[in-house]
Amino acid sequence: MCFTSNFWSLTIDGLNNGFLYALIALGYTLVYGVLQLINFAHSEVFMSGAFGGLFLTQALVGTGNPTGWTAGGYVAVGTLMGAVVGAIVAFLLERVAYRPLRRRHAPRLAFLITAIGASYFLFSLAGHLFGRDAYGVPDLLSHKSLFSIGSRNIQEYDLLVAGSAIAMLFILDRIVAHTRLGQGIRAVAQDAETASLLGVNIDRVISQTFIIGGLLGGAAGFLFGIGSSVGYTMGFVPGLKAFTAAVLGGIGNIRGAVLGGLALGLVENWGVTCVRNSWRDVIAFGILVLVLMFRPTGLLGERLGRSA
Amino acid sequence: MNQTQLLERGRRLLPWVPAGVLLAVMTGPQGRVGQPGYSISQAMHPGHLFDSIAIALVAGVIVQLWGARPAQFRDTVAQVRSETRRIYARREIRLGVYAVLLAFAILLPHMVGAYWQEILVDKIGIFALLAVGLNVVVGFAGLLDLGYIAFYAIGAYVVAYFTGALPVQPPFILNDFYALIFAVAAAMIAGLILGAPTLRLRGDYLAIVTLGFGEIITILAVNLDSVTNGSRGAPGITSFSVHVFGINYDWGLSQVPYYYLLLAFAVIIMVAFAMLENSRVGRAWTAIREDEVAAQACGIPPVKYKLMAFAIGASTSGFAGVLYAAKISFINPSSFTVLFSILVLVLVIFGGMGSLIGPIAGAAAIQWFFAYVQKHDGAPIPGIGVKIPIRPEDIYLYVGALLIVMMIFRPQGIIPSKRRAREIGMAEQGIGGADATGAPIGSPVS
Repeated sequence: MCFTSNFWSLTIDGLNNGFLYALIALGYTLVYGVLQLINFAHSEVFMSGAFGGLFLTQALVGTGNPTGWTAGGYVAVGTLMGAVVGAIVAFLLERVAYRPLRRRHAPRLAFLITAIGASYFLFSLAGHLFGRDAYGVPDLLSHKSLFSIGSRNIQEYDLLVAGSAIAMLFILDRIVAHTRLGQGIRAVAQDAETASLLGVNIDRVISQTFIIGGLLGGAAGFLFGIGSSVGYTMGFVPGLKAFTAAVLGGIGNIRGAVLGGLALGLVENWGVTCVRNSWRDVIAFGILVLVLMFRPTGLLGERLGRSA
Repeated sequence: MNQTQLLERGRRLLPWVPAGVLLAVMTGPQGRVGQPGYSISQAMHPGHLFDSIAIALVAGVIVQLWGARPAQFRDTVAQVRSETRRIYARREIRLGVYAVLLAFAILLPHMVGAYWQEILVDKIGIFALLAVGLNVVVGFAGLLDLGYIAFYAIGAYVVAYFTGALPVQPPFILNDFYALIFAVAAAMIAGLILGAPTLRLRGDYLAIVTLGFGEIITILAVNLDSVTNGSRGAPGITSFSVHVFGINYDWGLSQVPYYYLLLAFAVIIMVAFAMLENSRVGRAWTAIREDEVAAQACGIPPVKYKLMAFAIGASTSGFAGVLYAAKISFINPSSFTVLFSILVLVLVIFGGMGSLIGPIAGAAAIQWFFAYVQKHDGAPIPGIGVKIPIRPEDIYLYVGALLIVMMIFRPQGIIPSKRRAREIGMAEQGIGGADATGAPIGSPVS
């Protein structure tokens, strides 16, 4: 096989991407669970988070050159800021764009059109406000090799992505499984009408779902930005891939989204060694179409949501 | 009006203040990389901010006055409307209106200058054709296609292939009119291949699959270097020409002949679509939109009819691609970005999905406006002296905003299809559906 020569390097990179896809995919899957809506604008939540984290770290670093714990702290604060900005954008999106439609019981087509409109509005606004060239995130992480797996040197960035993603996924899983909020989300996903009859405040649950999705997506945006760069169109392709990941794992299914994200990241990275790197997106899209053709309910099935 | 009512009115104006701030931000100067705060801080300049909030408040007052319009006015409008409808329902009147519109369309290129002639063909004509095709998908069948421009690209590349403009040479060089047939067929087949697996599933999957497909087509066009000549593009696509019965005519690269060619094709296509809408197929689409389960129970196979609409849309897009490629004589992947798919969508939505004239009116209005903005970039409007604070590079900001605003305030568009408008209205009251994208997003709101 073509990917065996660089196997570990490809696998670690694939897992990095996969964790980020998983974080974004959760935003799609959670919203799909409660609203049965593909929130196209979620890729822009990711982008906003990246800008939020970027500007905060830029302001903190200023002209200095922090190292060690200070630098690590800045990265943590930047990620947090990314999450907060992502959550704010997601919350506003639901309030301004989707809620009026929900109040009116608008047809689904109206939601989808609004979602794509919001996506275009948000990324164009970012391009308008911050310029249309890519920004580099301040270089805060060391590129020294900490240890190696196979032939691949593990750097701080790899640990940061894996560690923060695993932490967030663990917390999310606990929240959905054990808290009142999680109970609300699951109830609305199963049957919104009955949930509301039993006293669940649907509006609030939907808002909170968008906020949780925004927190994860925004943090992923900043982490993604550290690895490459931050620009106004950065959300489109990762957003599409994360949606693929969500469908691959079974849309509406939280663990499925994580599995789908990791699987997609790995397959895509192994796959590009068999073809050229520029075909990366084609592989992901091919997976999406194949999954829809042969197993539209995804690997783990649609658990949170219903099949409409 | 007593004091509490006034207070209530004022309170309802409050949400327009943040809308004004947003307007100020949207119309502010372009951002600069390296100075993240520049654009926002300039937009918050008191004069600019004040103007924007004032505009938003005036809009808010107008919306309120419209909501509180007196019953008498409402009745008069309804009466006038029903009267016009009664007159318009007569066949000869309707045909007369179409004849006047057609005559206007025929005379139009002679009434404008060279710049606007080019806009008429490249921006309005081609996109009106695209909008008419997308209208079959969005308006008639109630599906959402976000990668519509991919089929336009397929049409353009196929005609480039058959006229020998690509690195791969065809077995025989064809006249554009014959190549057109192959191009339309290729676009239709691509539509069938993409639609067949996806349309069996929930309707909203089609939206994301087509979005991805639109992106993939551009990637393919860039990367299949040996076939498409990559981002360098394909120059030298021959123009339309006729060589029969001793008539030799070449459309060349000039604007007006292409305008008439486009107009002729557009009229034929529109007549065909109008007949289609009133046929068994059109009624099947209506039935699927309004209640898919009931339609299926009555023996209408939904997937077949959805696929048909999708393929018709795709082939119209391919058709427009051929005309574009032959007119410009040069194509490259950047002519087919996903952005254009959304632009065509906004033309259809703004004009009125499902109506025949709507998408054309939408294309004319919006594309004219953007062309105007492009031409008078930053210059004051003659006669009024006010500058349009919209920059050409921000066009998609307004495209996105317009989609959201239309969906919130007027989903049926400016020239609505009567049936479609009623469907949307009834669906909102919980009677039937208004699209074929799956069950409504129905959660009872507390």
